Amino acid sequence: MKPFDYTRADDLQTAQRALHEGGTVIAGGTNLIDLMKLEVMTPGAVVDISRLDLNDIRDHDGGLYIGAMVTNSDLAADLRVRRDYPVLSRALLAGASGQLRNKATTGGNLLQRTRCPYFYDRDTSCNKRTPGSGCAAIGGELRNHAILGTSDDCVALHPSDMAVALRVLDAQVEIESLDGTRHLRPLDDFYRLPGTTPHIETSLEPGDIITAVVLPKPTGGQQSYRKIRDRASYAFALVSIASVINARDGKIENIALAFGGIGARPWRDTRVEDMMRGQTVDDQLIQKAGDLLLSDARLLEGLEFKADLVHRLLSSTLTEAVQ
Amino acid sequence: MTLDLKLDTPFEDHRADQLPQGILGHEQDRPDGWLKVAGRATYAAETDPDGLLHGVLVRAPATGTVMLSNLAEVEAMPGVRKVMSHPKMIRNAAQGTANKAPVQGVDHADYVGQPIALVVAETFETATHAAHALIVSVDGVVKPATPDEVTPEQPDDKQTILGDPDITFADADVLIDETYTTPAMVSAAMEPHAATADWDGDTLTLRGALQMLKFNKNELADSVGLPSEKVRLLAPYVGGGFGSKLGISADCVAAALAAMELGQPVRVVQHRRQVFEVNTRRSETRQHIRLAASKDGKLVGLGHEALVSQLPEEDFSEPVIQGSHFAYAAANRKLGLEIARIHRPAAGSVRAPGESVGVTAFEIAMDELAVATGVDPVELRLKNIPDKDPESGKPFSSHRLESALKQGAEAFGWGSRPDKPRQHRDGEWWTGTGMSAAFRVNMVIEAEARIVLSESGATVQSDMTDIGTGSYAIFQQIAAELLGQPMDQVTVELGDTRFPPGSGSGGSFGAASTGTAVWLAAMEIRQQIADRLGCAEGDLTLQDGIATCGNTRTSLGDLLSDEITGHGHVEPGDAFEKVRQATFGAHFAEVAVSDVTGEVRVRRMLGSFACGRILNPRTARSQCHGGMTWGIGMALTEELTHDRRDGHIVNRDLAGYHVPVNADVPDLEVLFVDERDDWAGPMQAKGIGELGICGAGAAIINAIHHATGARIRDLPATPDKVIAAMTKAGY
Amino acid sequence: MNTNLTVNGRPHALDLDTRVTLLDALRDQLKLTGSKKGCDHGQCGACTVLVNGQRINACLSLAVMHDGDEITTVEGLSSDGRSPLQAAFVRHDGMQCGYCTPGQLCSATAVLDEIARGWPSHVSADLEGPVELTREELAERMSGNICRCSCYPGISKAILSVAEDGTVHREAAE
Repeated sequence: MKPFDYTRADDLQTAQRALHEGGTVIAGGTNLIDLMKLEVMTPGAVVDISRLDLNDIRDHDGGLYIGAMVTNSDLAADLRVRRDYPVLSRALLAGASGQLRNKATTGGNLLQRTRCPYFYDRDTSCNKRTPGSGCAAIGGELRNHAILGTSDDCVALHPSDMAVALRVLDAQVEIESLDGTRHLRPLDDFYRLPGTTPHIETSLEPGDIITAVVLPKPTGGQQSYRKIRDRASYAFALVSIASVINARDGKIENIALAFGGIGARPWRDTRVEDMMRGQTVDDQLIQKAGDLLLSDARLLEGLEFKADLVHRLLSSTLTEAVQ
Repeated sequence: MTLDLKLDTPFEDHRADQLPQGILGHEQDRPDGWLKVAGRATYAAETDPDGLLHGVLVRAPATGTVMLSNLAEVEAMPGVRKVMSHPKMIRNAAQGTANKAPVQGVDHADYVGQPIALVVAETFETATHAAHALIVSVDGVVKPATPDEVTPEQPDDKQTILGDPDITFADADVLIDETYTTPAMVSAAMEPHAATADWDGDTLTLRGALQMLKFNKNELADSVGLPSEKVRLLAPYVGGGFGSKLGISADCVAAALAAMELGQPVRVVQHRRQVFEVNTRRSETRQHIRLAASKDGKLVGLGHEALVSQLPEEDFSEPVIQGSHFAYAAANRKLGLEIARIHRPAAGSVRAPGESVGVTAFEIAMDELAVATGVDPVELRLKNIPDKDPESGKPFSSHRLESALKQGAEAFGWGSRPDKPRQHRDGEWWTGTGMSAAFRVNMVIEAEARIVLSESGATVQSDMTDIGTGSYAIFQQIAAELLGQPMDQVTVELGDTRFPPGSGSGGSFGAASTGTAVWLAAMEIRQQIADRLGCAEGDLTLQDGIATCGNTRTSLGDLLSDEITGHGHVEPGDAFEKVRQATFGAHFAEVAVSDVTGEVRVRRMLGSFACGRILNPRTARSQCHGGMTWGIGMALTEELTHDRRDGHIVNRDLAGYHVPVNADVPDLEVLFVDERDDWAGPMQAKGIGELGICGAGAAIINAIHHATGARIRDLPATPDKVIAAMTKAGY
Repeated sequence: MNTNLTVNGRPHALDLDTRVTLLDALRDQLKLTGSKKGCDHGQCGACTVLVNGQRINACLSLAVMHDGDEITTVEGLSSDGRSPLQAAFVRHDGMQCGYCTPGQLCSATAVLDEIARGWPSHVSADLEGPVELTREELAERMSGNICRCSCYPGISKAILSVAEDGTVHREAAE
């Protein structure tokens, strides 16, 4: 690790000032320390926000207000989450390991970096790590990479399971700006696609800090999270699907779908949901939904299989939901 | 005094069956287990000498001529003591039993990731950062990094043709003709390679993560330019090896050179990413297998031709066809090995080099033959068991494959299996069963051990290592059993080159080699006790501290006013010219395969193994669990990915290289086939550490076929490949 | 930077480089080498320790972040190294090389507590119901601790045998 100044923030403003001056905040640290050890990230100042009073989960307008420092374990085990937002519990429990979930926080999980092995390798080029250096992943070995939302400069995948569930739940991120004002931003507007600036991953401005995630009132329906991975546990998703589906008599009344393992950000495509709403689930509809979802997919060599897996997960999820 | 033994003849006297204490051959705790659960077993990086400095290896980012442009600046960083780019540093770990330095030099990188410098600093944090700060530029051309880019070598001594295989293949009633591929793999032992080196101006003492100290000592001495007697190695506890710690590694040589230059102790621990790169990996393989058989499944010809890769100037090549030389009878045979010289990290021994991947591919082919002929897979193996070595004509020292197959099938409930695939479905999960045979050559290598017996008990000493294999336990058992001592009166001291040279751990030969040396040392003491009592050793009974000879009972304590030392020495003789010796077994697996996702879950697995006398069923069973689990990894999860452009290992960490986790592994059943192999020495015991992996993956791949009708020929069977195979099979 | 840690019940005042991880502080400063470094990146679990009763990867935490925390390592699981769980690991051969063992033991201690608190897992059929300690539940929860020797059957048997005796919590609390 590059030497850095460490301070423990006593309040949000201290942390925000440090962020504004180019520092980095640390919460659980499970991804930041990982990257600092490899000197993929080299902050000169690290501000510890892990002890800020941002770790409660409380009722909020019929929904749930989740402090940014709530750990993945505590969030997954929260009785309200287990009852009203099971897709979120399921997604969290499908991620990482018990040890990591005890440390990883809600805010930190949203901001985790890609696991693209070329991003992690300082001896290869990466536009996300070193803007303008090129992308060694393209033309290299692709597996844990995205097929949607990518660009000629970056094919990195957003690795989070939690964020996929949050996207399907229409979660909003509460952000406090440097001037002390707080506002809610839909997760859909939080993540940026790589384009020509893959190093800019979110719409956060310098000094902005995530204080909470807000879930809307539960909509009922059938919720599920299914993740395909290369071993039975403790592995990132090849493809995952989060769903909230209200169906009656084989017909979809309302539906939300989000996907992991395929997108440059946790992926949701409302065109697919709009197309399916009011329709009867059959093979044709499933095929159409998958085709629409993947209409802009870029299946580079090594990633072709993801299209098939998406179709299969879509099929089983929809079929189960209407049964 | 020394009791020497050259293994030339069979031991028909089964002494170990007649010993009175009931210790040897029975379940016993690992004595080292108590230290391990308390966190008190100290591994290579866990001593703390005064003035300890920390060294971190630096890698080459590309192949070619290496330049360190800011070496002086890095060396001037606060806390940095030295940036060492020493011509004696080694390119990669030595191959097993090399006994001399591997390729040395740092001015040129032959593979991406080669260690080319060591940064030494006062703290680990400073050294790590300085290592990152060192700018390594490489001025060179890209070298071939995939096997297809080069014309492979075809060594004459690795090609076998018997009979007329080509005509047999052309004319056979049934021919299986398929190509199977296995990816590169790594040992991934949990303890990263590490060394703590101390130089007192005369002698180099190095605590390392090493498997074979008597060879490693010479390798290190040769690498750093010291006489062998000026090197002392310590490795009392080693956190797994699986082949990766057979030869002296880059951390050891660099730590030694730095300690000698700086006059202070230096510790070098390989970062996990370096563990993947700078030691040795298992080569990827491409295996063309042909099986020519009669309609009822009798083999008339077999072909097994394999392509592996290796870095230039390395002797080792994955002996893929090793098991196929003796596994099955067939008059017409074509076996061959080709080696592509490419610039990936060096290949070397990884658990059961050869049979691990060779038997696995061959046993998938055998399953294809079973399907093609309609012969039950167990029956197919039984039909083709050779009555003598199929190539040399030598008799087998002992051959228990038939028993392993039959007992395994019985215990697994194989008989109730439907012949056809795709017969059971449990929701979206197809279930099925598969099996394979297991083969592994058996080896003994020269070993010595010493036992000192006194009033207070016995102490066993050897430079042998225990890398998790159970050396401490079985040596304690052998000595306690033969010397009439309770277990807790026997202390075992290992992993110090000041002790007599054992075999080292590797090739499953530890128990039968060093274990036999311990046996001989104990026998030598028994002889001395018998002499003192004036009776023949064979008439002496030692039990619970009492020596009994005819009607005379004497307390051992009374006999042991002084210490008695026994020294045992075993070496291979010409037994290996007289007989073909191997271990045999069978694997049975039940899997569930998701029709939706292609994910495979192993629901249960059983292995039956014939490895001669089992010295400690508990530690032996754990070794088999290990092998079988590696089979799960080979079949389903493990794949080292090389970048096609420069050969570098892309997934060089434990998040990207998927070794099986707890959730991948069901309860595993192990049964041992009763066997005494008289040619294996006075204990009739053979190796067990590797047989469990040989063919294990095939049982799973064959079960996937039985469950789904999909045939996987490119390992591992990850979800995407399973779906592709199901689609290809028309499902 | 001054940092106070209570490790296995004993207070320690350390002056640390901010870069020192909790794992390296334990191993290099406090000479408690029971906690192992297997990957240094949270990918193997060998460094698992309990912080304020919860299991974490000590390699992915800065020591300075733990000022005032109570840390339990394998050395603190029992006074004599022979707690029921430790003994069960020996009896069921839940180890071979022993390098992952301290992490397995710390993790197992926490897993039994997590189950007692009703935390669900990825394989729990019902998110809201009580958790049954099955082999499958245990395997999933212990999957953050890799054992390359592959002693998973022995590890699981050891933990289940102790859980049935119900003695683990008392030992862990010592």
